[in-house]
Amino acid sequence: MQLALWTYEGPPHIGAMRVATAMEGVHYVLHAPQGDTYADLLFTMIERRAKRPPVTYTTFQARDLGGDTANLFREAVLDAYERFKPQAMLVGASCTAELIQDDPGGLAKTLGLPIPVVPLELPAYQRKENWGASETFYQLVRACAGPHVPKPGTVRPKNATPRCNILGPTALGFRHRDDVPEVERLLETLGIETHVIAPMGATPADLATLGDADFNVVLYPEVAGQAAAWLRRSFGQPCTTVVPIGVGATRDFVQEVAKLAGVPATTAEGTLRLPWYSRSVDSTYLTGKRVFIFGDATHAIAAARVAEKELGFTVVGLGSYSREFGREIRAAAALHGVEPLITDDYLEVEAQITALQPELVLGTQMERHVAKRLGVPCAVISAPVHVQDFPARNSPQMGLEGANVLFDTWVHPLMMGLEEHLLGMFREDFEFNDVQPSHLGHGAPSQSGKEAAPAAQPMPVPAAETPHSAAGAPLLAWGQDAEKELKKIPFFVRGKARRNTERFAQERGIGTITIETLYDAKAHFSR
Amino acid sequence: MSAAAALPQPGCADAPVLRERGQREVFCGLTGIVWLHRKIQDAFFLVVGSRTCAHLLQSAAGVMIFAEPRFATAIIDERDLAGLADCNAELDRVVTRLLERRPDIRMLFLVGSCPSEVIKLDLSRAAQRLSQRFLPQVRVLNYSGSGIETTFTQGEDACLASLVPEMPAEPGAARSLLVVGALAEVVEDQFLRIFAALGVGPVRFLPSRRATELPAVGHGTRYLLAQPFLNDTARALEARGATRIAAPFPLGVEGTTAWLSAAAEVWGASPARIAEATGAAAARAGAALARIRQRLEGRSIFFFPDSQLEIPLARFLSRELGMRLTEVGTPYLHRQHLAEELALLPAEATLSEGQHVDRQLDRCRALRPDLTVCGLGLANPLEAEGLTTKWSIELVFTPIQGYDQAADLAELFARPLLRHAKLAV
Ligand code: SF4
Ligand code: SF4
Repeated sequence: MQLALWTYEGPPHIGAMRVATAMEGVHYVLHAPQGDTYADLLFTMIERRAKRPPVTYTTFQARDLGGDTANLFREAVLDAYERFKPQAMLVGASCTAELIQDDPGGLAKTLGLPIPVVPLELPAYQRKENWGASETFYQLVRACAGPHVPKPGTVRPKNATPRCNILGPTALGFRHRDDVPEVERLLETLGIETHVIAPMGATPADLATLGDADFNVVLYPEVAGQAAAWLRRSFGQPCTTVVPIGVGATRDFVQEVAKLAGVPATTAEGTLRLPWYSRSVDSTYLTGKRVFIFGDATHAIAAARVAEKELGFTVVGLGSYSREFGREIRAAAALHGVEPLITDDYLEVEAQITALQPELVLGTQMERHVAKRLGVPCAVISAPVHVQDFPARNSPQMGLEGANVLFDTWVHPLMMGLEEHLLGMFREDFEFNDVQPSHLGHGAPSQSGKEAAPAAQPMPVPAAETPHSAAGAPLLAWGQDAEKELKKIPFFVRGKARRNTERFAQERGIGTITIETLYDAKAHFSR
Repeated sequence: MSAAAALPQPGCADAPVLRERGQREVFCGLTGIVWLHRKIQDAFFLVVGSRTCAHLLQSAAGVMIFAEPRFATAIIDERDLAGLADCNAELDRVVTRLLERRPDIRMLFLVGSCPSEVIKLDLSRAAQRLSQRFLPQVRVLNYSGSGIETTFTQGEDACLASLVPEMPAEPGAARSLLVVGALAEVVEDQFLRIFAALGVGPVRFLPSRRATELPAVGHGTRYLLAQPFLNDTARALEARGATRIAAPFPLGVEGTTAWLSAAAEVWGASPARIAEATGAAAARAGAALARIRQRLEGRSIFFFPDSQLEIPLARFLSRELGMRLTEVGTPYLHRQHLAEELALLPAEATLSEGQHVDRQLDRCRALRPDLTVCGLGLANPLEAEGLTTKWSIELVFTPIQGYDQAADLAELFARPLLRHAKLAV
């Protein structure tokens, strides 16, 4: 039993829904109680989809349990088939139905529907959302493309114009919507045709033709790695290993793809601004900024490379909730000389951030909240998603424009270089005391450890909560001089200076903080 | 339907109800935790369930607004399914760790879910066991918010019902009023002032703001339901000797006056005194409603089943704002508690109970109402089809009861229509 306050991933059937909802012509019948229909709002509210997810829930109740829940399921499948006329159907159980063991797959089979019916076995007490998405996509690909697998030993003729599939983008994915056209553009520049994009926008009929491509581009290994491995085994299609997030990775991706396609590696980098922006003098202040990174494996690992090599930050922590990718995370952490944090316990991540005292957090919506509470700037780089992660504008993470977007979104929460100098220079002027830089107007550290609900959220809940630190901390006082000295420190680092000094004093049992304590602490914490 | 003729017009207390069976598109009772944990300020809600339950709560609470909310999920995993003994031991371990972390907690609710029900994890025994261990510091109670047993607001009913046995006994038969159902504090305070003016008292509330200060109950207790979904709580209160004061619900001016008057009459207040105590607030609210009425009058409205507030809301919208009722869906129709409401409801309304969401969507599309009240899963898809919608969930999170909230309530329905008219994109 695990105590969870907030979770990074939903149950595995949510992953299945992300695949089904991304596709056309698929319907998912889920044996589940009524409350599980909450999942629809993830798609209609967070992602603002204009259509209901293609999911029928059986919504069995306690009174059905003694009776015939199996029949309820059969009827739901027949009704859904009649009403939605899908090309293929997914059937499965959520956590509760798994316990009553009705065998949705077996039941659906007896109905003899004239379409492929793919049974999903998604162990809800063992696995999570991304695993569910991966398994669902794999099973669908197998079911649709399986009948077209050539005999072993058959040599597949190459297409005259090189052609690839793009695999992995789902509904509710972090910027999947915007990444895909960006990657298509890269491929187009290389003269490579995109055959099928899946699951996003694909039909089961499209999946049946996956084998016609020369190779596969795996955009999100969490979702498409397993399917791509099967396609390699079955159709002899190689697949990409580099995820084009950041300048370096995009260039590597272009090299890799060019090699797979047998074409010269060309890019049109005319629109790429990150390298120059990063070299321009104003960015000097970014040097060595201590950054903590947490997210799904793909985005976290990519972010570490960009942070270190392309923005000149120092990675002080790297972690992921994607346990399935522990090996990759550990390797990346070793590369950056930090201890990997592989956990899905958000309190552990919070503790780590608090201990490391980074100057920038790149994380998920959860880390955004932690950072906000600690007064540390933060940018979101990965799912779990929030309504704000589906901006109206185009905002890819991948490819050339993706790199530009990364520069903007990661640097924006920080103080501009020139501005930092000016504020340092004028800090004695009273006008500059306790003002916020204008661009931080909406992201000011919250003093009370709480924050108001963001404007756009699925459900309005008035914000107010008892502070969570209930345990009484020993009394600590600031001497007048020290307090005065503290005021001379620019406001944007003052909070941190105060916290550091207090922590320093507490650890040493100092009751009253003097100017000496302040500078001792400064010396202690300066790295 | 021969009885219908005998009823006072335009009542439809015996109106036929369309009983639906099929996919329900409603939250389970766990959702109540989202407002209950804010209402009962020293309580913690621990769901014993699956990752789905945790994900539902997280999604229903919108975003992660709070550092550490006063709710969490003990997620059952594969090892727990191996044997109930281990499952209980694990639960004890999780609770112990939780209470160590949160010394501010005085009451802990173990909230049952579908998985805990299906594996027959006995949470009432667990609550007893843990209470023995942690009393007097923390009392541990249990109720079920599972989706196989409770629909959305029924979670609050189950929670309040679990509190009833904990309420101290009122000695003697001294008369007191108990207002039952979570209300916003501002609303409670307004009602307290009016009850004082009516000479009704002492007045207590269930739930109380602190779980450690539960109101007393006994044979002198007269209770008024502030929410229409509190069957089990009502039954538990009656078992403790309390008597229900039948009334419509305090939504809108008419409902609020009837609700207050029902209690005032028990306390023997004269019509003149009632008029005096409520007149000013009622007139103020009436004037505020009149301004909104022009935006709603004659417009048609369709309710998907959600909170069980649908019938009182429909009554308010039709009688005080002149809206035209089409289908009024409710997940569950409790005829006894809603008798006064049903008597006021115009006969034009089609009542439906339960749900078959696809068929209901067909009916809604065919009717093309001016406004559709529905859950979050349906709202944007219906908007995309050109129907104007109001999210029903807001109706349980917003203070809507009483005179001074009547216009706010009306505004919730007027705003989507206003917006629809305003936008030119
Ligand atoms: S319906 Fe049941 S399984 Fe689903 S979230 Fe509610 S209690 Fe949990
Ligand atoms: S927005 Fe204003 S405060 Fe921020 S960097 Fe520009 S000039 Fe400075």
